[in-house]
Amino acid sequence: MSIAVEGISTSIQEKKIISDIHLKVKPGQFVGVIGPNGSGKSTLLKSIYRINKPDCGRILLDSENLYEMSAKKTAQKMAVVSQESQHTFEFSVIEIVLMGRAPHKKVMETDSVEDMQIAQEALEKVGLESYGDRLISTLSGGEKQRVMVARALAQQAKYLVLDEPTNHLDIHHQLQLMDLVKKLNITVIAALHDLNIASVYCDYIYVLNQGQMAIAGRPEEVLTEKILQEIFRVHTHIIKHPITGKTHITFLPESMPSITKYEGELV
Amino acid sequence: MGVKNLAFARETDELVESTQVRKMKSSEKKQNMHQKRFKVLLLILPLGLFLSLTFSVMLGPVPIDMVTVWKIVLSNIPFLGDEMTTYWTTAQQNIIWELRLPRALLGGIVGAGLAIAGVGIQALVRNSLADPYILGVSSGASVGATLVILFGALQFFGQYALSIAAFLGAFLSVVFVYTFARVSGQISTIRLLLAGIAISMILGAVTNVIVLSAPEEEGIRSAMYWMMGSLTGANWTVLPIPATAVVVVFTFLLYQSRTLNLILMGEDTAATLGINVDAFRKILIVVTSLLTGVLVAVSGAIGFIGLMIPHMIRLLVGSDHKRVMPISALFGAVFMVWADIVARLVVAPEELPIGVVTALCGGPFFIWLLRRSSYSFGGR
Repeated sequence: MSIAVEGISTSIQEKKIISDIHLKVKPGQFVGVIGPNGSGKSTLLKSIYRINKPDCGRILLDSENLYEMSAKKTAQKMAVVSQESQHTFEFSVIEIVLMGRAPHKKVMETDSVEDMQIAQEALEKVGLESYGDRLISTLSGGEKQRVMVARALAQQAKYLVLDEPTNHLDIHHQLQLMDLVKKLNITVIAALHDLNIASVYCDYIYVLNQGQMAIAGRPEEVLTEKILQEIFRVHTHIIKHPITGKTHITFLPESMPSITKYEGELV
Repeated sequence: MGVKNLAFARETDELVESTQVRKMKSSEKKQNMHQKRFKVLLLILPLGLFLSLTFSVMLGPVPIDMVTVWKIVLSNIPFLGDEMTTYWTTAQQNIIWELRLPRALLGGIVGAGLAIAGVGIQALVRNSLADPYILGVSSGASVGATLVILFGALQFFGQYALSIAAFLGAFLSVVFVYTFARVSGQISTIRLLLAGIAISMILGAVTNVIVLSAPEEEGIRSAMYWMMGSLTGANWTVLPIPATAVVVVFTFLLYQSRTLNLILMGEDTAATLGINVDAFRKILIVVTSLLTGVLVAVSGAIGFIGLMIPHMIRLLVGSDHKRVMPISALFGAVFMVWADIVARLVVAPEELPIGVVTALCGGPFFIWLLRRSSYSFGGR
């Protein structure tokens, strides 16, 4: 009962983006994937949610080969929330949440009272219970992302994949969304941009660099000044935060003269 | 104290519960607005279509009253009409049964077909500018049709030469577009659109060359007339093929309405919700193109319906294809029947090409729609 990525390599338009990636998500875990731009985070996640088929290796979902399952069966087990999506045509919020029921439906089967209840409960969980009839285009970015989470919840999948879900969101909505997901107590794999957010929410972190798995471990093992300097090419000051008890990263810009002094002290 | 607290807690619980119930109810009420309109339209439009067809058959250079119209129609139906006494003239019988009724029916079929082809193609490319001709169907058909009209190509098919040539042209152009849009086995939307535009431009130029090199003036006129769309070719033998195509495609698209909804949310999203996107889009291309090809073959390239009707209907009943599909078909049929009535009557005894009427009537309405801020046409 897990997601197991076993030695996959994935190319996009004949260019190899990630190679020989191993990764495991255990039940109930919140796993983060971090890495600089172009490191292949998104490609890895897209391989996991069946958009970019790997050239070699395999991905096991509950010990079944992902790419041999039907799209529908995958969707019953795995829900995806990605970066803010474009809504080309107008749907109401409840219609979009009900789309999460699609993997459980036969063709031509209409939405039942039960589906409606599931959708409404999902909206309640994300705090948008009164938004059902609103058109999606009238919502703010943060609200839209919560609707996407509600749709994922309506899917009633065991696994949730978050592909940089908090891009374009302000800090309040970032935290709100992450808190929301954390409270759901389901198995999550998330590509994250913000290292402090990764540190607070993840149980385990994989660090990608130039398409390779650089290092993996618990946040405090992975988020160190040395590793961040090496992979993200930034100077940092890392402490265990007195209030959260989590690893906290302060980024030190090179333009500040005090930094060199601080570095001198380190040596 | 404890009892009091408990009572208080229960009260709050009830309060919370009742607010939730109220909220759900109000949400359901508003959610029902689109559905209510859908139900009303689903009742009104078939009636409207019936009346429109009746009017279409009544009106013309020789007006015939409603009772006679339906008696003539009924008298031509086996068993039902056998016992009827005929008080009308053979001329009236011919006008109604051989000319006006097949033409009105063809109008309805073509209108319904173009509207649902428009809905399908807009979902396929997720672009609100798309119409059924965006993949080069009409320009391909024009090449075939002008060759037949001006140079008498495919004469061995007799009266079907025009339709067959038009359909072949439409089919070939879609095959080209599809081939060019395919990159390593996958169809990209933007390539599909651009390939459609490129093929349309090339075939448009070919059509112009054919028209310019025509041996006689009269032919050019009828070729132009065909390209603007016309229902003059209607008779009973023409009807079965487009009627079957419309019914089959309509049933398929309605059957797949959930998938169409998901496709509108984006390819990746549709895939993560369990849709085999590539396979479905290929089927959608084939189905909508075949339908459009069949329609163009019998009526020429009647513009605007396939672009306009889906937008109008989405405004009324929302984007859910379960509602959009039937209402679009019905409304497209009604609209086309009336466009044909106008085309026949406005400059009688001459006729306007029906494409001119759909553009002149639909255009201003569409602009009015455009100015409404509440409908986004799929853009922000």
